[in-house]
Amino acid sequence: MSFLNNVITGVSLGSIYAIIALGYTMVYGIAKMLNFAHGDVIMVGAFMCFFAMGSFGLPPLVGVLLAVVVCTVLGMVIERLAYKPLRQAPSLAVLITAIGVSYLLQNGAQILWGAATKTFTPIISPTNAAGEPNALQLFGGQLSISYVALLSIVVCLVVMVSLTLFTGRTKLGKAMRACSEDKGAAQLMGINVDSTISMTFAIGSALAAVAGVLMCSAYPILSPTTGSLPGIRAFTAAVFGGIGSIPGAFLGGILLGIIETFAKAYISTDLSDAVVFAVLIIVLLVKPAGLLGKYVPEKV
Amino acid sequence: MLKVENINVYYGAIHAIKGVSFEVNDGEIVTLIGANGAGKSTTLQTISGLLHSPTGSITFQGENIASVPAPKLVSKGLAQVPEGRRIFLNMTVEENLEMGAYTRPSSEVEPHLARVYDLFPRMKERRRQVAGTLSGGEQQMLAMGRALMSDPKLIMLDEPSMGLAPILVEQIFDIIKELHKVGTTILLVEQNAQMALSVADRGYVLETGKIVSSGTGSELLNDESVKKAYLGG
Ligand SMILES: Nc1ncnc2c1ncn2[C@@H]1O[C@H](COP(=O)(O)OP(=O)(O)OP(=O)(O)O)[C@@H](O)[C@H]1O
Ligand SMILES: [Mg+2]
Repeated sequence: MSFLNNVITGVSLGSIYAIIALGYTMVYGIAKMLNFAHGDVIMVGAFMCFFAMGSFGLPPLVGVLLAVVVCTVLGMVIERLAYKPLRQAPSLAVLITAIGVSYLLQNGAQILWGAATKTFTPIISPTNAAGEPNALQLFGGQLSISYVALLSIVVCLVVMVSLTLFTGRTKLGKAMRACSEDKGAAQLMGINVDSTISMTFAIGSALAAVAGVLMCSAYPILSPTTGSLPGIRAFTAAVFGGIGSIPGAFLGGILLGIIETFAKAYISTDLSDAVVFAVLIIVLLVKPAGLLGKYVPEKV
Repeated sequence: MLKVENINVYYGAIHAIKGVSFEVNDGEIVTLIGANGAGKSTTLQTISGLLHSPTGSITFQGENIASVPAPKLVSKGLAQVPEGRRIFLNMTVEENLEMGAYTRPSSEVEPHLARVYDLFPRMKERRRQVAGTLSGGEQQMLAMGRALMSDPKLIMLDEPSMGLAPILVEQIFDIIKELHKVGTTILLVEQNAQMALSVADRGYVLETGKIVSSGTGSELLNDESVKKAYLGG
């Protein structure tokens, strides 16, 4: 049973990574930049939910909505102020700017909300009024899956399916793919590249908010640096699956969650990140574009 | 239809277009010929708003479009088939065509698709295929079909015959003639001067950023200096 428990823990953690990785990968796909501030948007989202629920006693759904709205706006503002002026700049300049924005968000959070670690109020409390765990009990209680874990998995699946439909079926989603491939040609089609990029940041940041709330509900501690490690892991997941690929981010996220959980359970908690990166390096040696990344050769 | 007056375009310190003026009248095929690096593509990109000229004006259907951003020009009836096709390689043939109709209301997509498939039956067979797997000739057809999806009044073609076998070049020019017949105005950039001048009503010769001669297609075909420089003697 502990094996199955680990699988489920891994999948639910991986689901959260996948939601974050989707934002990373979509932004990379269209803006060809690594938005290192993405992880810190997660933290801002978690803080919004924390204040809504903890300080104002609002219902969880309102907390999540507030987080989503604030992060969507934040993502668009970051893009507009920090990245858009650098559209023609060398990629190193953009990368350094992204790191700068990341620190700005962390330090800003520290000034506004203090550096001390806070206890997050999960959107589904771990125990119900009778003191029993809020979890699905299987095999006579041998296998216990918390509702938060279930919710993470369900949300991740819904997000994945919605994004696939959005990019595959809708006009805006297709325009987004067109921009990812060739911005000049997209403009010649009449697509407004600037607003498409802005929309992508909005979607990615909204997802980061959701991931932040889910993550802090599963691991209820919150500080200004809460987002940075999951951000890096999700970035790894995106590279693992093939950066720029939506199914890749999904697959990469889930696998990363499983590998991390198993490394913690069977190897060593301290070494889990090292194991994750070792696997990443091996995968990239065999498949340089990541698991689902692909290159389409250009015909001359 | 289109009037370009005294445009200058710079790439940093490089002065690529030096005071170019020309015009394209309603229903004409006008060709712009010139050697590699003459500035043909730069001229087209300036008209479609991807590059800008600090001087002069570009008038399309009576409106100065010099400062209109590129995406807005499509709905005004201007389409460009860029050099090297630049189709969306990871998208299917039909998705590429849909992108061509991005500025049109969705009710117009079907009829335009039908028209493009009529012109390029091969595209209909391949509509679910990913564009990156098409042959070079098919990709060129897709690029042209995609531009036609916006139902343009003026279509600008940048070296549509580049890298194609003679039979495909013929096919592409047949389509250009067909578009001409139904009243589409065409601005054709070509290195294949022979072909271009034989279908064009008028032509301009561009040399290192300047227009050095102009005339009707047959005048230019018989011009001694044009013959020497572009028609192999
Ligand atoms: N992005 C760029 N940066 C710097 N210089 C450029 C750029 N694009 C074009 N040029 C220069 O501008 C001049 C005109 O180029 P352009 O592409 O318009 O030529 P062309 O007539 O289309 O040539 P070809 O027939 O080879 O396509 C050339 O000297 C070229 O080197
Ligand atoms: Mg050119």
